[in-house]
Amino acid sequence: MQNVLQEIGVENYIYLSTILFCIGIFGVLFRRNAIVMFMSIEIMLNAVNLLLVVFSTYHQDASGQVFVFFSMAVAAAEVAVGLAILVGIYRNIHSIDIDKLKNLKG
Amino acid sequence: METSLLLTLLLAPFAGFLFNVFFGKKVSRNVSGTIGTIAVAVSFIVSLNFFFQINSTKQPILIDLFQWMELANFKVNFSFLLDQLSILWLLFVTGIGTLIHIYSISYMHDDENLNKFFAYLNLFIFFMIMLVVGSNLLIMFIGWEGVGLCSYLLIGFWYKNQDYNDAAKKAFIMNRIGDLGFLIGIFILGYLFKSVDFTTIKEIVANGKTPIDLGWLGFATLCLFIGASGKSAQIPLYTWLPDAMAGPTPVSALIHAATMVTAGIFMITRLNFLFDLTPDVQMIIAVIGAVTSLVAAFIALVQNDIKKVLAYSTVSQLGLMFLALGLGAYEIAVFHVITHAFFKACLFLGSGSVIHALHGEQDMRKMGGLRKYMKVTYITFLIATLAISGIPIFAGFFSKDEILMVAFHENKALYVIASLASIMTAFYMFRLLYLTFFKEFRGTEEQKHHLHESPNLITFPLIILAILSTIGGFISFPGHSWLNEYLAPIFIGEREEHHLDGTTYMLMGIAVIGALIGIGIAYSNYIKKSQVPNEDSKITGFAKVLYNKFYVDEIYTAVIVKPIYAIASFSKNFIETALSGFIFGLGKVTNMVGTQGKVLQNGSVGFYLFAFVLGTASIIAYLFLAQ
Repeated sequence: MQNVLQEIGVENYIYLSTILFCIGIFGVLFRRNAIVMFMSIEIMLNAVNLLLVVFSTYHQDASGQVFVFFSMAVAAAEVAVGLAILVGIYRNIHSIDIDKLKNLKG
Repeated sequence: METSLLLTLLLAPFAGFLFNVFFGKKVSRNVSGTIGTIAVAVSFIVSLNFFFQINSTKQPILIDLFQWMELANFKVNFSFLLDQLSILWLLFVTGIGTLIHIYSISYMHDDENLNKFFAYLNLFIFFMIMLVVGSNLLIMFIGWEGVGLCSYLLIGFWYKNQDYNDAAKKAFIMNRIGDLGFLIGIFILGYLFKSVDFTTIKEIVANGKTPIDLGWLGFATLCLFIGASGKSAQIPLYTWLPDAMAGPTPVSALIHAATMVTAGIFMITRLNFLFDLTPDVQMIIAVIGAVTSLVAAFIALVQNDIKKVLAYSTVSQLGLMFLALGLGAYEIAVFHVITHAFFKACLFLGSGSVIHALHGEQDMRKMGGLRKYMKVTYITFLIATLAISGIPIFAGFFSKDEILMVAFHENKALYVIASLASIMTAFYMFRLLYLTFFKEFRGTEEQKHHLHESPNLITFPLIILAILSTIGGFISFPGHSWLNEYLAPIFIGEREEHHLDGTTYMLMGIAVIGALIGIGIAYSNYIKKSQVPNEDSKITGFAKVLYNKFYVDEIYTAVIVKPIYAIASFSKNFIETALSGFIFGLGKVTNMVGTQGKVLQNGSVGFYLFAFVLGTASIIAYLFLAQ
């Protein structure tokens, strides 16, 4: 596994992960479609997962990779709940544009 | 048996009060008055019964109703003590009370609030009995405050007149100052003796084993005296009593001459064993009493309102009683209280009869010659005047003479002051008598036409009181005093008795000559020279100072009332403005922050996310920068 990092270099993984995370943030901030925002959040999550795996390899410590399994399992559950909420929203207002979700305003 | 009798004594006037409050308007005026009178008469009969009982058994009766409060080892019982002193007070309070109720039926007959008047009078008698028979200081304090309340209500009885209301408030506030002293005195006694019960304190003092902190005790007795001086109108708290004459005349007679104002003397006599331990305070009492009697007598010399003269005369006589108290001659003070109650009630009721006949006129300059029209009033008034002036065989002679005699033995300066006050008393009382009953009538023709003797209900109490003023002195005849023997159990140890000797006769002679000189001056001024006091505007010089009561009210206004008003207006204009500005300011700031802050919560998910990301980014940036 060391040679994987030797061939490409750990800093490139960090750049990739940072780029992915920023794509995720901008997706969340600038898109209005709830599903796209949801996907952006998943991209951020995976960016972090990638980083965890990279550092785990770099430090020769498997616990980082074990942690990623947990993270992915929780993310799967979160996706299920999140999509269910989106379906609920769509049934109510026939739209998934978050600008229309202002009914909860006090 | 005794408990039920005591409850009858106490509750009969209260029942009368309740009846008159709730049903007084529904029954006829005479019924309302009669019920009120009967209620007090019942109390009088029960008091008589107690009097005969104690006269034969000599045993004080203690009636314990229930435990009132318990604080650690400090217990107060709701109990009543019927001993020689309280029964004596009961007798003349309810006795004179009954007479004055009878008088009031006729005197107040045309008043629209007759039932209210009798309700207040009955309530007063109730509280006065409570004050007198209470077995500890706290029960006495209930009665003490209660009579103060009734006094306030009755002074302001004709509430449509603002001056009368002001007089009532003045009486109440002046009394309140004294009451504070009384209350502090009670607290200190409770602290010193772990009890406020008269019998317990007396036992502790008599037994002499427990050391008593005399410094604190002196402070306590001084505070009690301040309380007494408020209720009994002594310097510096006496100014309310003359103003209290705003009330109906029977009230002046009952409350502001015969009974309530003697409460201070009662309290000091009750606690005589404590005052005996603090001679410095006794000295203060004696001096204040003597000075009060002189100052009040001076003011009475030139007053023209018939009731004002009597009011200042009351203050002056109370001063003499305090002089006797201060000199340790409690039984003599009590003696003077009783004789004074007789003749001063008679004088006030007599003046009421005159005012009644003249349809409310109180200025002596507009009276005169009433002797021809009002025979009974004149004769009774003359007897009471002779009594107060100290002419032998009349009641006042014996009591006043004994006070002077004690003063002569104890302190010559006080003797001179008291004698001067007595001579002036004789002068102003005869001035009053001459201006009112002698010479020609000086009022209008209209009034002259209506002059008449008052009805029987008014003259009957006058006659009884005149008889009592005549024979009342014999209860304590010099040399062999029934009263001194009767009162002996309320003191600790033996009382020394002044025996009749050459000095005594000489002092009696001097007192009588002094009184005659006073009468002589009055005779030459108002009968021989037929003087009539000047109009208000023509009074000059020292007489003007006296006529304006030494400007004491004005001085109090300038020294006490005005500064308090100044503080009040300062507080209102500055402190309150500043405080409320601060409080309102706090509210405004909070409100503003809220109004601005609610804009942030606009419901836009995008904005929330943006804020969230920005916040997280700044935290991370901060964490990096902090390293």
